[in-house]
Amino acid sequence: MDLLFMAIYAVAVLGGLLGAVTYAILFERKVIGYMQIRTGPNRYGPWGMFQTIADVMKLLMKEDIIPAQADRKIFVLAPVVAFAPAFMVFAVISWSENLYAADLNIGVLYFLGVSSMTMLGVLMGGWSSNNKYSLLGAIRGVSQMISYELPLVLSVLGIVILVGSLNLRDIVFFQQDVGLWFIILQFPAFIIYMISAIAELNRSPFDLPEAESELVSGYHTEYSGFRYAFYMLAEYTYAIAIAAFATTLFFGGWLGPAFLPGIVWFLLKMCLFMFVWFWLRATLPRARVENLMQFCWKVLIPLALLNIVVTAIIKVWMGW
Amino acid sequence: MGLGVYFDNYIFVLLFMFLGVALPVGALTFGRLVRPNNPYPTKLTTYESGIEPTGDAQVRYHVAYYIVALEFVIFDVETVFLYPWAVALGELGWVGLNAGLIFIAILGLGLAYSWKKKVLEWN
Repeated sequence: MDLLFMAIYAVAVLGGLLGAVTYAILFERKVIGYMQIRTGPNRYGPWGMFQTIADVMKLLMKEDIIPAQADRKIFVLAPVVAFAPAFMVFAVISWSENLYAADLNIGVLYFLGVSSMTMLGVLMGGWSSNNKYSLLGAIRGVSQMISYELPLVLSVLGIVILVGSLNLRDIVFFQQDVGLWFIILQFPAFIIYMISAIAELNRSPFDLPEAESELVSGYHTEYSGFRYAFYMLAEYTYAIAIAAFATTLFFGGWLGPAFLPGIVWFLLKMCLFMFVWFWLRATLPRARVENLMQFCWKVLIPLALLNIVVTAIIKVWMGW
Repeated sequence: MGLGVYFDNYIFVLLFMFLGVALPVGALTFGRLVRPNNPYPTKLTTYESGIEPTGDAQVRYHVAYYIVALEFVIFDVETVFLYPWAVALGELGWVGLNAGLIFIAILGLGLAYSWKKKVLEWN
Protein backbone atom coordinates (compact mmCIF):
# COMPACT_ATOMS: atom_id res chain seq x y z
CA MET A 1 0.00 0.00 0.00
CA ASP A 2 1.27 3.39 -0.75
CA LEU A 3 1.97 5.98 1.91
CA LEU A 4 -0.06 8.72 0.25
CA PHE A 5 -3.19 6.59 0.28
CA MET A 6 -2.63 5.77 3.94
CA ALA A 7 -2.23 9.43 4.85
CA ILE A 8 -5.42 10.31 2.94
CA TYR A 9 -7.29 7.59 4.79
CA ALA A 10 -6.06 8.83 8.20
CA VAL A 11 -6.95 12.45 7.39
CA ALA A 12 -10.38 11.32 6.15
CA VAL A 13 -11.02 9.47 9.42
CA LEU A 14 -9.94 12.56 11.38
CA GLY A 15 -12.24 14.81 9.33
CA GLY A 16 -15.15 12.41 9.59
CA LEU A 17 -14.58 12.15 13.29
CA LEU A 18 -14.60 15.92 13.83
CA GLY A 19 -17.89 16.10 11.94
CA ALA A 20 -19.26 13.18 13.95
CA VAL A 21 -18.32 14.83 17.25
CA THR A 22 -19.92 18.11 16.14
CA TYR A 23 -23.20 16.39 15.43
CA ALA A 24 -22.96 13.99 18.38
CA ILE A 25 -22.99 17.05 20.66
CA LEU A 26 -26.00 18.49 18.84
CA PHE A 27 -27.69 15.06 18.92
CA GLU A 28 -27.13 14.82 22.67
CA ARG A 29 -28.55 18.27 23.33
CA LYS A 30 -31.54 17.58 21.10
CA VAL A 31 -32.25 14.15 22.63
CA ILE A 32 -32.05 15.48 26.18
CA GLY A 33 -34.07 18.52 25.15
CA TYR A 34 -36.95 16.49 23.78
CA MET A 35 -36.84 14.14 26.77
CA GLN A 36 -37.25 17.14 29.05
CA ILE A 37 -40.03 18.57 26.83
CA ARG A 38 -37.82 21.36 25.43
CA THR A 39 -36.66 21.71 21.82
CA GLY A 40 -32.92 21.99 22.45
CA PRO A 41 -30.77 24.32 20.32
CA ASN A 42 -32.78 25.74 17.41
CA ARG A 43 -31.40 29.22 16.70
CA TYR A 44 -28.40 28.66 14.41
CA GLY A 45 -29.30 27.06 11.14
CA PRO A 46 -32.23 24.77 10.49
CA TRP A 47 -32.88 22.49 13.49
CA GLY A 48 -29.90 24.06 15.25
CA MET A 49 -27.51 22.48 12.75
CA PHE A 50 -24.80 25.14 13.20
CA GLN A 51 -25.01 25.45 16.97
CA THR A 52 -21.89 23.38 17.72
CA ILE A 53 -19.92 25.08 14.94
CA ALA A 54 -20.78 28.44 16.50
CA ASP A 55 -19.69 27.11 19.91
CA VAL A 56 -16.35 25.93 18.52
CA MET A 57 -15.78 29.29 16.81
CA LYS A 58 -16.51 31.07 20.07
CA LEU A 59 -14.08 28.84 21.99
CA LEU A 60 -11.40 29.44 19.35
CA MET A 61 -11.60 33.19 19.92
CA LYS A 62 -11.63 33.04 23.72
CA GLU A 63 -8.57 34.13 25.66
CA ASP A 64 -6.30 31.28 26.73
CA ILE A 65 -5.85 31.66 30.48
CA ILE A 66 -3.12 29.68 32.24
CA PRO A 67 -3.28 30.29 36.01
CA ALA A 68 -0.10 31.73 37.54
CA GLN A 69 0.01 28.88 40.08
CA ALA A 70 -0.29 26.16 37.44
CA ASP A 71 2.51 23.85 36.36
CA ARG A 72 2.74 25.39 32.92
CA LYS A 73 4.39 22.65 30.86
CA ILE A 74 2.13 19.85 32.08
CA PHE A 75 -0.92 22.11 31.90
CA VAL A 76 -0.26 22.75 28.20
CA LEU A 77 0.56 19.12 27.44
CA ALA A 78 -2.43 17.54 29.20
CA PRO A 79 -5.22 18.13 26.61
CA VAL A 80 -2.96 16.75 23.87
CA VAL A 81 -2.28 13.62 25.94
CA ALA A 82 -6.02 13.23 26.51
CA PHE A 83 -6.92 13.58 22.83
CA ALA A 84 -4.20 11.69 20.96
CA PRO A 85 -4.91 8.16 22.33
CA ALA A 86 -8.67 8.62 21.92
CA PHE A 87 -8.03 9.23 18.22
CA MET A 88 -5.28 6.61 17.82
CA VAL A 89 -7.64 3.73 18.59
CA PHE A 90 -9.55 4.43 15.36
CA ALA A 91 -6.61 2.93 13.47
CA VAL A 92 -7.86 -0.60 14.22
CA ILE A 93 -11.59 -0.04 13.67
CA SER A 94 -12.84 -1.92 10.61
CA TRP A 95 -15.76 0.04 9.14
CA SER A 96 -16.85 -2.57 6.63
CA GLU A 97 -15.60 -5.75 5.04
CA ASN A 98 -13.25 -3.83 2.76
CA LEU A 99 -12.80 -0.50 4.51
CA TYR A 100 -10.24 -0.74 7.29
CA ALA A 101 -6.81 0.63 8.15
CA ALA A 102 -4.54 -1.34 10.46
CA ASP A 103 -5.44 -5.03 10.49
CA LEU A 104 -3.53 -5.72 13.71
CA ASN A 105 -3.56 -9.26 15.05
CA ILE A 106 -3.55 -7.75 18.55
CA GLY A 107 -6.44 -5.36 17.78
CA VAL A 108 -8.36 -5.86 21.04
CA LEU A 109 -5.25 -5.43 23.17
CA TYR A 110 -4.20 -2.35 21.17
CA PHE A 111 -7.60 -0.73 21.62
CA LEU A 112 -7.78 -1.37 25.37
CA GLY A 113 -4.16 -0.43 26.02
CA VAL A 114 -4.09 2.79 24.02
CA SER A 115 -7.54 4.01 25.06
CA SER A 116 -6.69 3.74 28.75
CA MET A 117 -3.90 6.31 28.25
CA THR A 118 -6.62 8.98 28.09
CA MET A 119 -6.79 8.92 31.87
CA LEU A 120 -3.20 10.13 31.99
CA GLY A 121 -4.37 13.37 30.37
CA VAL A 122 -7.09 13.70 32.99
CA LEU A 123 -4.62 13.24 35.86
CA MET A 124 -2.05 15.60 34.33
CA GLY A 125 -4.68 18.31 33.81
CA GLY A 126 -6.09 18.00 37.30
CA TRP A 127 -2.75 17.94 39.06
CA SER A 128 -1.05 20.71 37.09
CA SER A 129 -3.99 23.12 37.48
CA ASN A 130 -3.07 23.52 41.15
CA ASN A 131 -6.72 23.90 41.99
CA LYS A 132 -8.47 21.86 44.68
CA TYR A 133 -11.55 21.21 42.58
CA SER A 134 -9.41 20.03 39.68
CA LEU A 135 -7.34 17.77 41.91
CA LEU A 136 -10.43 16.17 43.48
CA GLY A 137 -12.05 15.73 40.07
CA ALA A 138 -8.89 14.21 38.62
CA ILE A 139 -8.18 11.68 41.37
CA ARG A 140 -11.82 10.71 41.50
CA GLY A 141 -11.89 10.32 37.75
CA VAL A 142 -8.71 8.29 37.60
CA SER A 143 -9.65 5.97 40.46
CA GLN A 144 -13.02 5.40 38.79
CA MET A 145 -11.49 4.84 35.36
CA ILE A 146 -8.83 2.39 36.54
CA SER A 147 -11.38 0.47 38.62
CA TYR A 148 -13.82 0.09 35.74
CA GLU A 149 -11.00 -0.71 33.36
CA LEU A 150 -10.85 -4.17 34.96
CA PRO A 151 -14.45 -5.35 34.31
CA LEU A 152 -14.21 -3.79 30.85
CA VAL A 153 -11.08 -5.76 29.98
CA LEU A 154 -12.39 -8.94 31.62
CA SER A 155 -15.76 -8.80 29.84
CA VAL A 156 -14.03 -8.81 26.44
CA LEU A 157 -12.06 -11.95 27.42
CA GLY A 158 -15.14 -14.17 26.95
CA ILE A 159 -15.27 -13.18 23.28
CA VAL A 160 -11.52 -13.69 22.87
CA ILE A 161 -11.89 -17.22 24.29
CA LEU A 162 -14.70 -18.11 21.85
CA VAL A 163 -13.01 -16.61 18.78
CA GLY A 164 -9.44 -17.56 19.66
CA SER A 165 -8.10 -14.33 18.17
CA LEU A 166 -7.51 -10.72 19.18
CA ASN A 167 -8.09 -9.44 15.65
CA LEU A 168 -11.20 -7.25 15.47
CA ARG A 169 -11.98 -8.42 11.93
CA ASP A 170 -11.71 -12.08 12.96
CA ILE A 171 -14.24 -11.37 15.70
CA VAL A 172 -16.74 -10.05 13.16
CA PHE A 173 -16.06 -12.94 10.75
CA PHE A 174 -16.67 -15.38 13.62
CA GLN A 175 -20.08 -13.80 14.25
CA GLN A 176 -20.79 -14.10 10.53
CA ASP A 177 -19.89 -17.81 10.50
CA VAL A 178 -21.88 -18.66 13.61
CA GLY A 179 -24.79 -16.50 12.50
CA LEU A 180 -25.25 -15.06 15.98
CA TRP A 181 -23.99 -11.79 17.39
CA PHE A 182 -22.05 -11.82 20.64
CA ILE A 183 -24.77 -9.86 22.37
CA ILE A 184 -26.63 -13.21 22.42
CA LEU A 185 -23.68 -15.55 22.97
CA GLN A 186 -22.12 -13.31 25.64
CA PHE A 187 -25.07 -11.45 27.11
CA PRO A 188 -23.66 -11.08 30.67
CA ALA A 189 -20.41 -9.77 29.20
CA PHE A 190 -22.41 -7.23 27.16
CA ILE A 191 -24.14 -5.89 30.29
CA ILE A 192 -20.81 -5.67 32.16
CA TYR A 193 -19.20 -3.98 29.16
CA MET A 194 -21.96 -1.37 28.83
CA ILE A 195 -21.88 -0.43 32.54
CA SER A 196 -18.08 -0.21 32.66
CA ALA A 197 -17.95 1.72 29.40
CA ILE A 198 -20.22 4.41 30.81
CA ALA A 199 -18.00 4.64 33.91
CA GLU A 200 -14.88 4.74 31.73
CA LEU A 201 -16.32 7.65 29.79
CA ASN A 202 -17.25 9.52 32.99
CA ARG A 203 -20.76 9.81 31.64
CA SER A 204 -23.93 10.11 33.65
CA PRO A 205 -24.91 8.36 35.96
CA PHE A 206 -21.19 7.90 36.69
CA ASP A 207 -20.09 11.48 35.99
CA LEU A 208 -18.65 12.00 39.47
CA PRO A 209 -15.38 13.58 38.22
CA GLU A 210 -17.48 16.39 36.77
CA ALA A 211 -20.08 16.62 39.52
CA GLU A 212 -20.75 20.30 38.89
CA SER A 213 -22.77 20.76 42.08
CA GLU A 214 -19.71 19.96 44.20
CA LEU A 215 -16.60 20.26 42.00
CA VAL A 216 -17.42 23.20 39.66
CA SER A 217 -16.48 21.18 36.57
CA GLY A 218 -13.91 18.71 37.85
CA TYR A 219 -10.46 18.26 36.35
CA HIS A 220 -10.85 20.92 33.65
CA THR A 221 -12.04 23.71 35.96
CA GLU A 222 -9.02 25.89 35.10
CA TYR A 223 -9.11 25.19 31.37
CA SER A 224 -10.60 27.77 29.06
CA GLY A 225 -10.89 28.45 25.36
CA PHE A 226 -9.54 25.91 22.92
CA ARG A 227 -7.71 23.83 25.53
CA TYR A 228 -11.05 23.17 27.17
CA ALA A 229 -12.47 22.39 23.73
CA PHE A 230 -9.84 19.67 23.30
CA TYR A 231 -10.83 18.03 26.56
CA MET A 232 -14.43 17.96 25.33
CA LEU A 233 -13.30 16.69 21.92
CA ALA A 234 -11.29 13.93 23.61
CA GLU A 235 -14.31 12.93 25.67
CA TYR A 236 -16.62 12.62 22.68
CA THR A 237 -13.95 10.99 20.51
CA TYR A 238 -13.47 8.38 23.20
CA ALA A 239 -17.25 7.89 23.42
CA ILE A 240 -17.45 7.29 19.66
CA ALA A 241 -14.45 4.94 19.86
CA ILE A 242 -16.08 2.89 22.63
CA ALA A 243 -19.31 2.76 20.59
CA ALA A 244 -17.36 1.54 17.54
CA PHE A 245 -15.57 -1.07 19.65
CA ALA A 246 -18.85 -2.30 21.17
CA THR A 247 -20.40 -2.49 17.70
CA THR A 248 -17.52 -4.66 16.50
CA LEU A 249 -17.52 -6.92 19.54
CA PHE A 250 -21.17 -7.38 20.39
CA PHE A 251 -23.28 -6.16 17.46
CA GLY A 252 -21.56 -7.95 14.60
CA GLY A 253 -19.70 -4.91 13.21
CA TRP A 254 -20.74 -4.29 9.61
CA LEU A 255 -23.04 -7.36 9.41
CA GLY A 256 -26.67 -6.76 8.53
CA PRO A 257 -29.28 -7.33 5.81
CA ALA A 258 -27.83 -6.68 2.38
CA PHE A 259 -30.11 -3.80 1.34
CA LEU A 260 -27.73 -1.34 3.03
CA PRO A 261 -23.93 -1.35 2.67
CA GLY A 262 -21.90 -2.62 5.64
CA ILE A 263 -20.55 0.75 6.70
CA VAL A 264 -24.08 2.16 7.03
CA TRP A 265 -25.00 -0.69 9.36
CA PHE A 266 -21.86 -0.05 11.35
CA LEU A 267 -22.63 3.66 11.75
CA LEU A 268 -26.28 2.99 12.60
CA LYS A 269 -25.30 0.59 15.36
CA MET A 270 -22.84 3.17 16.70
CA CYS A 271 -25.61 5.79 16.76
CA LEU A 272 -27.75 3.36 18.73
CA PHE A 273 -25.05 3.12 21.42
CA MET A 274 -24.65 6.90 21.51
CA PHE A 275 -28.41 7.32 21.83
CA VAL A 276 -28.54 4.91 24.79
CA TRP A 277 -25.88 6.95 26.61
CA PHE A 278 -27.74 10.22 26.03
CA TRP A 279 -30.98 8.56 27.11
CA LEU A 280 -29.38 7.36 30.35
CA ARG A 281 -28.06 10.85 31.02
CA ALA A 282 -31.56 12.28 30.77
CA THR A 283 -33.01 9.54 32.97
CA LEU A 284 -30.73 8.59 35.84
CA PRO A 285 -29.49 10.57 38.87
CA ARG A 286 -25.80 10.58 39.76
CA ALA A 287 -24.34 7.67 41.76
CA ARG A 288 -22.45 8.18 45.03
CA VAL A 289 -18.67 7.63 45.14
CA GLU A 290 -18.66 4.72 47.60
CA ASN A 291 -21.52 2.93 45.80
CA LEU A 292 -19.73 3.36 42.50
CA MET A 293 -16.44 1.85 43.65
CA GLN A 294 -18.04 -0.99 45.60
CA PHE A 295 -20.32 -1.89 42.71
CA CYS A 296 -17.26 -2.28 40.50
CA TRP A 297 -15.14 -4.37 42.86
CA LYS A 298 -17.86 -6.42 44.54
CA VAL A 299 -20.31 -7.02 41.70
CA LEU A 300 -18.84 -6.43 38.25
CA ILE A 301 -15.36 -7.98 38.68
CA PRO A 302 -16.60 -11.25 40.28
CA LEU A 303 -19.33 -11.49 37.62
CA ALA A 304 -16.82 -10.91 34.84
CA LEU A 305 -14.50 -13.60 36.26
CA LEU A 306 -17.44 -16.00 36.49
CA ASN A 307 -18.33 -15.27 32.87
CA ILE A 308 -14.77 -16.12 31.80
CA VAL A 309 -14.80 -19.41 33.75
CA VAL A 310 -18.15 -20.49 32.29
CA THR A 311 -17.17 -19.49 28.76
CA ALA A 312 -13.82 -21.30 29.01
CA ILE A 313 -15.45 -24.51 30.28
CA ILE A 314 -18.09 -24.43 27.53
CA LYS A 315 -15.44 -23.76 24.89
CA VAL A 316 -13.29 -26.74 25.89
CA TRP A 317 -16.30 -29.00 26.49
CA MET A 318 -17.84 -28.34 23.09
CA GLY A 319 -14.41 -28.37 21.46
CA TRP A 320 -15.21 -25.28 19.33
CA MET B 1 0.60 -12.06 5.61
CA GLY B 2 3.93 -10.81 4.24
CA LEU B 3 6.32 -8.85 6.40
CA GLY B 4 5.79 -5.66 4.38
CA VAL B 5 2.02 -5.80 4.84
CA TYR B 6 2.54 -6.51 8.54
CA PHE B 7 4.58 -3.33 8.99
CA ASP B 8 2.14 -1.33 6.85
CA ASN B 9 -0.39 -1.84 9.64
CA TYR B 10 1.92 -0.16 12.11
CA ILE B 11 2.55 2.72 9.72
CA PHE B 12 -1.20 3.36 10.03
CA VAL B 13 -0.82 3.40 13.80
CA LEU B 14 2.04 5.90 13.56
CA LEU B 15 0.02 8.08 11.15
CA PHE B 16 -2.92 8.15 13.55
CA MET B 17 -0.59 9.01 16.42
CA PHE B 18 0.97 11.84 14.42
CA LEU B 19 -2.43 13.28 13.48
CA GLY B 20 -3.72 12.92 17.05
CA VAL B 21 -0.86 15.10 18.28
CA ALA B 22 -0.76 17.43 15.25
CA LEU B 23 -4.43 18.45 15.43
CA PRO B 24 -4.40 19.96 18.96
CA VAL B 25 -0.93 21.47 18.49
CA GLY B 26 -1.89 22.95 15.12
CA ALA B 27 -5.26 24.25 16.25
CA LEU B 28 -3.82 25.90 19.36
CA THR B 29 -1.02 27.48 17.36
CA PHE B 30 -3.53 28.80 14.83
CA GLY B 31 -5.77 29.98 17.69
CA ARG B 32 -2.93 32.21 18.91
CA LEU B 33 -3.54 34.41 15.84
CA VAL B 34 -7.23 35.01 16.53
CA ARG B 35 -7.58 35.02 20.30
CA PRO B 36 -6.99 38.02 22.55
CA ASN B 37 -4.19 37.94 25.11
CA ASN B 38 -4.63 40.25 28.06
CA PRO B 39 -3.51 38.59 31.28
CA TYR B 40 -3.39 40.44 34.60
CA PRO B 41 -2.69 39.06 38.09
CA THR B 42 -6.32 38.82 39.23
CA LYS B 43 -7.32 36.91 36.12
CA LEU B 44 -4.49 34.45 36.65
CA THR B 45 -5.41 33.49 40.21
CA THR B 46 -6.68 30.01 40.92
CA TYR B 47 -10.47 29.70 40.80
CA GLU B 48 -11.99 28.82 44.16
CA SER B 49 -15.56 29.98 43.67
CA GLY B 50 -14.65 33.63 44.13
CA ILE B 51 -12.88 33.29 47.47
CA GLU B 52 -9.18 34.20 47.81
CA PRO B 53 -7.31 30.95 47.17
CA THR B 54 -5.55 29.58 50.23
CA GLY B 55 -2.49 27.37 50.07
CA ASP B 56 -1.34 24.98 47.43
CA ALA B 57 -3.52 22.29 45.84
CA GLN B 58 -0.69 19.86 45.16
CA VAL B 59 -1.15 18.23 48.53
CA ARG B 60 -1.35 14.72 49.94
CA TYR B 61 -4.79 13.21 49.51
CA HIS B 62 -6.75 10.34 50.96
CA VAL B 63 -4.91 7.02 51.19
CA ALA B 64 -7.93 5.15 49.80
CA TYR B 65 -6.98 6.28 46.29
CA TYR B 66 -3.51 4.78 46.72
CA ILE B 67 -5.01 1.44 47.74
CA VAL B 68 -7.29 1.47 44.69
CA ALA B 69 -4.26 2.11 42.51
CA LEU B 70 -2.39 -0.82 44.12
CA GLU B 71 -5.36 -3.17 43.64
CA PHE B 72 -5.61 -2.03 40.05
CA VAL B 73 -1.96 -2.76 39.29
CA ILE B 74 -2.27 -6.29 40.72
CA PHE B 75 -5.49 -7.17 38.92
CA ASP B 76 -4.52 -5.51 35.67
CA VAL B 77 -1.28 -7.48 35.41
CA GLU B 78 -3.19 -10.70 36.08
CA THR B 79 -5.73 -9.78 33.42
CA VAL B 80 -2.94 -9.27 30.90
CA PHE B 81 -1.75 -12.82 31.67
CA LEU B 82 -5.25 -14.10 30.89
CA TYR B 83 -5.21 -12.70 27.34
CA PRO B 84 -2.68 -15.08 25.75
CA TRP B 85 -4.35 -17.93 27.62
CA ALA B 86 -7.75 -16.96 26.18
CA VAL B 87 -6.38 -16.84 22.62
CA ALA B 88 -4.69 -20.23 22.87
CA LEU B 89 -7.41 -22.02 24.85
CA GLY B 90 -8.79 -23.83 21.78
CA GLU B 91 -5.47 -25.63 21.26
CA LEU B 92 -4.60 -26.09 24.92
CA GLY B 93 -7.72 -28.12 25.73
CA TRP B 94 -8.34 -29.55 29.19
CA VAL B 95 -4.79 -29.05 30.49
CA GLY B 96 -4.90 -25.38 29.61
CA LEU B 97 -8.40 -25.02 31.00
CA ASN B 98 -7.35 -26.48 34.37
CA ALA B 99 -4.29 -24.25 34.59
CA GLY B 100 -6.40 -21.20 33.75
CA LEU B 101 -9.07 -22.10 36.28
CA ILE B 102 -6.46 -22.48 39.04
CA PHE B 103 -5.04 -19.07 38.05
CA ILE B 104 -8.49 -17.44 38.14
CA ALA B 105 -9.20 -19.16 41.48
CA ILE B 106 -6.07 -17.57 42.98
CA LEU B 107 -7.20 -14.24 41.51
CA GLY B 108 -10.63 -14.71 43.12
CA LEU B 109 -8.97 -15.66 46.40
CA GLY B 110 -7.03 -12.39 46.34
CA LEU B 111 -10.23 -10.47 45.69
CA ALA B 112 -11.98 -12.28 48.55
CA TYR B 113 -9.06 -11.49 50.87
CA SER B 114 -9.13 -7.78 50.09
CA TRP B 115 -12.91 -7.88 50.49
CA LYS B 116 -12.50 -9.46 53.94
CA LYS B 117 -9.80 -6.92 54.86
CA LYS B 118 -12.28 -4.15 53.99
CA VAL B 119 -9.93 -2.70 51.37
CA LEU B 120 -12.88 -2.38 49.00
CA GLU B 121 -14.89 -0.30 51.45
CA TRP B 122 -14.96 3.40 50.72
CA ASN B 123 -15.58 5.79 53.58
